[in-house]
Amino acid sequence: MAELLQLIVSGLAAGSIYALAAVGFTLLWQASQTINFAQGEFVMLPAFFVLIGMTVLGLPLWPSVLFALILSLLILGVMFKKLVVEPMMPHGTLPLVIATIALGILMKESVKEFYGATAQPFPAIFPQSVYNLAGVSISVQDICNLIVSMLAIGGLQLFLSRTRTGRSMQATAQNPNVAEILGVNVKRMVLYTFLINAALATIASVLISPIYLAKFSNGETLGLVAFIAAIVGGFNQIRGALVGGLLIGVIDNLSAVYISAQYRMAMPLILLIAIILVRPQGLLGTSEGRTV
Amino acid sequence: MNLLKLLLLGAGIAALFIAPLGQGNYIIYTLSSWLLFSIAAMGLNLTVGYAGQVSLAQAAFMGIGAYITALMTLAGIHWALASLTSILGCFVVGLLLGYPALRVQHHFLAFVTLAFNTLIYLVLRNEEEITGGSFGLVGMPRPNFFGISTDSNLQFYYFSLACFLLAAGVMWWILRSPWGRAFKALRENPIRAESLGLKVRRQTLLAFAIGSAFGGFAGALQTPLVQFIEPHSFALLLSLKILLMVVVGGSGFFFGPMLGAAVVILLPEVLRFTEGYYLILYSLMVIVLMVYSPRGLMGLGYKLFDKFKPKQEARRDIEQGVQL
Repeated sequence: MAELLQLIVSGLAAGSIYALAAVGFTLLWQASQTINFAQGEFVMLPAFFVLIGMTVLGLPLWPSVLFALILSLLILGVMFKKLVVEPMMPHGTLPLVIATIALGILMKESVKEFYGATAQPFPAIFPQSVYNLAGVSISVQDICNLIVSMLAIGGLQLFLSRTRTGRSMQATAQNPNVAEILGVNVKRMVLYTFLINAALATIASVLISPIYLAKFSNGETLGLVAFIAAIVGGFNQIRGALVGGLLIGVIDNLSAVYISAQYRMAMPLILLIAIILVRPQGLLGTSEGRTV
Repeated sequence: MNLLKLLLLGAGIAALFIAPLGQGNYIIYTLSSWLLFSIAAMGLNLTVGYAGQVSLAQAAFMGIGAYITALMTLAGIHWALASLTSILGCFVVGLLLGYPALRVQHHFLAFVTLAFNTLIYLVLRNEEEITGGSFGLVGMPRPNFFGISTDSNLQFYYFSLACFLLAAGVMWWILRSPWGRAFKALRENPIRAESLGLKVRRQTLLAFAIGSAFGGFAGALQTPLVQFIEPHSFALLLSLKILLMVVVGGSGFFFGPMLGAAVVILLPEVLRFTEGYYLILYSLMVIVLMVYSPRGLMGLGYKLFDKFKPKQEARRDIEQGVQL
């Protein structure tokens, strides 16, 4: 029982970080129909910005995180939108899918060539201590990760539903044409979405890198997990991405211990296929209707 | 124009026949692998370019084909029978996978196939008794046809060329048949096509299954070519690569996949002097190509051709309108 609880808590902690990536993924899809195959690399990269800030510029940890956030907003937010997504918007989904796949390879290989192919140690942000509560060992890091990502997603949800800008963003996601007629600056709202995605990726990166170390290939599994979490939860809902992320985190942990370590990766995939067959709009999603 | 096209086609096939003569073993091997990836890409082109569905499992189908062929030929069964089983097997798996996925919205096939590819990889890696696990299978024989062996690389190249021409012929026939033309109708205007009595879902499903069968055929060829197969070579990355071939070449063009496969297979060889930077350059080029010409290299070619082709032009002063 203690083991089960322990697995669930650490699963939730990992899942909350997946949820950050999944929420960004969902936002991009809603705002610009971009299926971002580079999302995993988006989470991998900011950790290296932090490391560059610390080793090359000699900054302390927190200023480096700020430096990484600014760089991410510029590169993963503004440049990604202006140079890659915007010119391809009129041509449909497929060229954009290919371009994001290529972008993922570009980011991965660039880090490998220019920074290093080995896993880099990343400074811990939270204390590494482990507490024992009635036989259940709980790490402070896990709890803090969970709290920070929940705060980020909660804050985002509040921003989207309570502020004028947030509502305009939602309107843009639902129907850009009508939003434009009603006086919403659609282009700017889409840009905000890309900036939010970059910020979420930075938070996820800073949270996950102390656990997994910063490595150029981190994005491969992260991207896939974010992808699955977004679809399982519901492709058009932020809440859905959150639930999907947490669920995948827990299932991943439980199946590694109770089912088979070899088929650990398979459980989320089987869940994905089952969800698509039974409830294609996702657990919390609403049906988008057929195109034809 | 038609005669010109026929002549060009003849010249192309003749070039394929003389290409490997006098070349080293490595180049012949690369050319053979280009031929087999062209077959896989051709199949995916039917799914992506004509039926408008993104599939990310072409590598999984190649893997299924390769493993079926390997296990059967290792058991002493002739390659011809093994490859037919591979093709049929992939067709059936394609039907089973596509049926539920195509029931729902358009982009879901991409997700289902993505998961499927990873699942197949895990099964190939973990079921060691059958598939040899991560050590793979070795020592598959190259086939004999009526006493003619294909053991040398040059002989195998001609064998692959024959298979390639056969596959291309079948694809040509599929696309020219009334049934194949329905795909184009679907792609151009799905609502109109449906109103004219086309069963959209059935058509798309069949396109996906046939595309998968082509993947299986490519896999069946890869087994005797490489004579060593292991799960990692059929991972998701290869599926992305095959998709890249289709889109870089030009999805929806008959010759697009061949061109794309040539670029994806040969470009790393050309860029080898750049050492570690080649993937960086390569991915940059793909992004630039997609931004500039989303219809790939074939689309780019047509774009340039249109630019230089003399065309009727309205008088500039009229085009501007009367300005008082």
